[in-house]
Amino acid sequence: MNRRSTLLIVAPWHLLILLCALATICLFIRINTHGATPLKQDADRAKAIKAFNAAYSVFMHPRCVNCHPAGNAPLRGEDSQPHAGLRLRRGIDGQGVSVLKCTNCHQSENQPGDHLPPGAPNIRRDGSLELTTPRWHLPPANTPMIFQGRTPSQLCRQLKDPKQNGGLTGDQLVHHVANDPLVLWGWNPGQGRTTPPLNHDQFVTSVKEWLENGGACPD
Amino acid sequence: MKSIAFNLNGAGVTIEVEPDKPLLWVLRDDLGLTGTKYGCGMAICGCCTVHVEGDAIRSCVTPIARVTGKRVITIEGLSNDLRHPVQRAWVDLQVPQCGYCQPGQMMSAACLLAQNPNPTDTDIDDAMSGNLCRCGTYQRIRKAIHRAAEMTAKQGARE
Repeated sequence: MNRRSTLLIVAPWHLLILLCALATICLFIRINTHGATPLKQDADRAKAIKAFNAAYSVFMHPRCVNCHPAGNAPLRGEDSQPHAGLRLRRGIDGQGVSVLKCTNCHQSENQPGDHLPPGAPNIRRDGSLELTTPRWHLPPANTPMIFQGRTPSQLCRQLKDPKQNGGLTGDQLVHHVANDPLVLWGWNPGQGRTTPPLNHDQFVTSVKEWLENGGACPD
Repeated sequence: MKSIAFNLNGAGVTIEVEPDKPLLWVLRDDLGLTGTKYGCGMAICGCCTVHVEGDAIRSCVTPIARVTGKRVITIEGLSNDLRHPVQRAWVDLQVPQCGYCQPGQMMSAACLLAQNPNPTDTDIDDAMSGNLCRCGTYQRIRKAIHRAAEMTAKQGARE
């Protein structure tokens, strides 16, 4: 066989090998570009949902639920009962109505002793505290931010929706859970009251992780 | 001790006192206004109700520091001549039995009428649900609040 005929015989094999190599490279590129994003998204979603579920255990604790009731009146105690005998109502601004406003009894700090009214200080717009002025209220009527009875999925979507969360962005939501005296009160609830299952730092971290990983919600 | 200044029944008051002392005990022990009563001491019964900036607050759990610079009205300051419609209605209908809870009842009633000049039975029952009466004078209280509302309306019509 002369040199020319050898080349004719070998060339198709070279071509086949070349095509296979090209196909392998294309497949590799596809896996490492288009294929990677869904995997990362899945990982972020899983992290976000895990973080939200941790925060959910706090949202559903009586210290939080009692002022985020499904009805139009605040709740009290570890079993989230209505205030016995008192016909309390939310009012337009969440501060109560008429003779029965929240801060008629609740002061700027907890009263010492079992079964005495708890309290928290007011916060000014600039973030400073008014130590002798009480802050005690429900969410306002137009955005009642109901926690009681919400599933993780329902509460998650509600918290992310500015129409339902009082117009808060993600950053503002984190700031609220990190700094609002009423939220902080949950970990300093006064004598005879339990605290949420996570400490405050863990709770804030969970809310941040949920949002930083895309804020996905459980199904 | 701290110097606390506030307006009490229309007059300025300044008093040296521990800032966490309950307003009730400042009124009764330091200022001699004993019309406001001590009931439960837990903000439950309403005996100690006074007005702070128009709200019916429970003085037994209110630190005196909270009223710094605020207007406080007690039962003694509801009117200086018993002409307040609530006072007149209470006398007309002889509402009290033992009378102990009545200063708180009257202060809550005055607060209700200031915000709702013509309350229904339900409005009254709701608003007064934080004021307890062991004698059970609730029916007369409700009637007296209606009477006070009528008096206010007639007075307004004459003016």
